[in-house]
Amino acid sequence: MNLFKLRGGVHPQGRKELAEKHAIRQLPMPERLFVPLQQHVGAPAQPLVRVGDQVLKGQLIGAGQGFISAPVHAPTSGRIAAIGDFSAAHPSGLSSPTVTIEADGLDNWLPTRSVDDPFALSPEEIANAVGAAGIVGLGGATFPSAVKLSLSRKNNVHTLIINGGECEPYITCDDRLMQERAAEIIEGVRLIRYAVGATRVMVGIEDNKPVALREMQAAAAGTEVKIVAVPAMYPMGWDKQMIRALTGCEVPADGRTADIGMLVHNVATAFAVRDAVRFGRPLVSRVLTVSGGAIATPANLQVPIGALVEDLFSFCGGFSQKPARMVLGGPMMGVELFTAAVPVVKGTSGVLALTQQEIGSTQAAPCIRCSNCVRACPVGLLPLELAAHIRSGDSGAAVSRGLKDCIACGCCSFVCPSHIPLVHYFNFAKGELMEQERGKLKQSATKILAEERLARIERIERERLEAAAKRKAAREAKKRAEQMSKMEVA
Amino acid sequence: MLTALTSLTILGALLGLILGVAAKVFRVEGNAMVAELNEILPGSQCGQCGFPGCNGAAQALAEGRAPVTLCPPGGRAVALALAAKLGVDADMSGVEDVVPRVADVREELCIGCTRCFKVCPTDAIMGAAQQIHSVFREACTACGKCEEICPTESIRLQPVTVTLHAWYWNKPKIAA
Repeated sequence: MNLFKLRGGVHPQGRKELAEKHAIRQLPMPERLFVPLQQHVGAPAQPLVRVGDQVLKGQLIGAGQGFISAPVHAPTSGRIAAIGDFSAAHPSGLSSPTVTIEADGLDNWLPTRSVDDPFALSPEEIANAVGAAGIVGLGGATFPSAVKLSLSRKNNVHTLIINGGECEPYITCDDRLMQERAAEIIEGVRLIRYAVGATRVMVGIEDNKPVALREMQAAAAGTEVKIVAVPAMYPMGWDKQMIRALTGCEVPADGRTADIGMLVHNVATAFAVRDAVRFGRPLVSRVLTVSGGAIATPANLQVPIGALVEDLFSFCGGFSQKPARMVLGGPMMGVELFTAAVPVVKGTSGVLALTQQEIGSTQAAPCIRCSNCVRACPVGLLPLELAAHIRSGDSGAAVSRGLKDCIACGCCSFVCPSHIPLVHYFNFAKGELMEQERGKLKQSATKILAEERLARIERIERERLEAAAKRKAAREAKKRAEQMSKMEVA
Repeated sequence: MLTALTSLTILGALLGLILGVAAKVFRVEGNAMVAELNEILPGSQCGQCGFPGCNGAAQALAEGRAPVTLCPPGGRAVALALAAKLGVDADMSGVEDVVPRVADVREELCIGCTRCFKVCPTDAIMGAAQQIHSVFREACTACGKCEEICPTESIRLQPVTVTLHAWYWNKPKIAA
C-alpha cells in the first residue's frame, strides 16, 4: 500500500529491546489498590460506595457524571478501606479523590453476562456497553471511548483507523498485546467498525514490530480489517499523523478527526472493547511496560488499575542502580514522578526508571536559531519563535502563531542542540491561557450574578415604595371617608 | 475656472449634507467606550476603586481620569485588558500580583448575623439568621466586603488552593 509523506518527526533511540522480548505477565494482586475517581478527560466520577462496603471485582464504584465522563469499577474484590485524597500520578504531586480497596485475595468477579454473538447487538447497545465498562482511550489520551463511538455515528465516519504505532521509546505494551492477543484485538476492531458503521478499516503498525505485524496479519486474514506497516518514527502514534500516513488526509487545525470522517482508536482500546462487549467485563486492568536502565528486569505486565508504581518496581526486581528519574508514560511525552507511591490509572502505558546516562544533559543554553525544531515539528509550527514570545511574556503572540495546535510531542525539545525546554514553555503558556480563560468565564458569570442582585434590590425597593404608597392612599381614603361622615352628622 | 468652482462647491455641499444626515441617523448614544470598558471590568460593583461601581469606573477610565490599574480585584489581567482597549501603556509597577483568593467562613466563629450575605455583590454567600453561613466559591470575586463587615472575623479571604484541574507548569527559569 502506498503511504503518504509526513511532516517533521524525529528518530529517537527505540530502547524497546529492554522489554520487547518479555511476554505479558500478571502482576500478583497487591494488598491495597488506590483507584482514582478521575482517570479520564471530563467530569470526575461520583463515588457510589461507602467505607467498609464489600465489593466484587468489576463492581461499579464510581458513576460517570455528565456527557463526557467515565465510570470507575473495582479492580478486585475486597473491602473499601478509604475514600479520600491520594497522590495522583501527576507532575504536580497534588492529590485527587481516590477509593482505596483492601483486596481480600479472592479476586471474585461480579457475575457478568456474556454475549455469544456480539454482532447481533445494535450499534447503540455496543456503545452503551463500552460506556458502562468505563473504557477510555488507552493510548494515553483517556478520552471516554463511548462518547467517540456515538459521536462518530452522528458525524458519518467512513474510515476507522486503529493505532498500533506505539512510537514512544521503551514502551512495548501494545506490541506485546498485538503479538499475544491478535485475534481478540481484531474482534474488537471489527466490533468498533460495526458500531460506527465505517466502510474502511486500517490498522497502522510501525515496521519495527515485525512479529506483531505478522500475528495481526494472520488474525485479520479473511476479514475486512487491513493491516498496514508504517515507518517507525516519532510521533507516528499521534492520531493525526497516523491518518496522514495511511490516507494522506490532514485534519484541520482546531478540528477533530471526525470532521474528515475518520475515527482513531488504540489497539489496547480495541482489546478492551471486545472484553466489554463480549463478556460484559469492565476495564479494571491494563497491560503496561516497566522499563528503563535502572530496572533490574524490565517487563510487560497486566496490572490492575490502582496498583502502586512502587509495587510494579518491586515486582520487577527493584532497581539495579539508583534511578536518576522516574517517568510515567514514555520518555518523550511522559511526566516525571517525584514519588513511586502513586497509582496506575487507565491511561498509564508505562513506568520508566531512567539512569543519569539515559537522561543526558539538561543545562539550557541560548538559542542559536539553527531551526532544527522547525524541521522536527510534526504540526508545522515554529517552536523557536513560540518559545521566544512566551519567554518575553507575550503568550498572545504565541497563540497567533499556532500555540494551540502544539501537541506537546517533545520533538522540538528532543532535537534542540541548546537543550532549551521548548515543550515546557508551551505547557506553561497553555496552562496560563487556560487559567485566563477560566477567569474570564468566572467574571462573566459573576457579572450576571451582580446584575441580577442589583435588579432584585431595585425591584424590592420599588415594591416597598409601591406598597407604602398604596397604604398611604388607603389611609387617606379612610380619613376622607371619616371626615365626610362627620360632616354629614354635623 | 468657473466649472471648477461650481463643481467643487456642489461636491462640498453634497458631502456636507451626507455627513450631516449620517451624524443624525447613526448617532451613538453616550460614550461607546464606556460600555466596552464596562465589559472588561468585573462588574461586582465592589467600589474598591473609589468610583461608584464599575460603570463609574468605566466612565472615569474613558475620560482619562483614572489609571488602568484602578481595579484591585481584577488584578493584572484586567489592567492589561484595559490598557489594550484604551491603547495606553500600563504602568504595572503598582499592581501587586495578587494571588487568587476566595472568602472562607470559619464555622466556629460564625454567629449567623447575616451581615456578610447582605453586602455580597454576587450573592456568593448563603445563610440565614442564627445559621452558619457558607460561601459559593465559584461565585466569590474576592471583593472583601464581607471581610470588612464581619463582626467576629469569621469570614476571611484565603488564597485559592491549587487543584489538579487548575495546576499548570511554571515558567521555565533559564538564563538563555
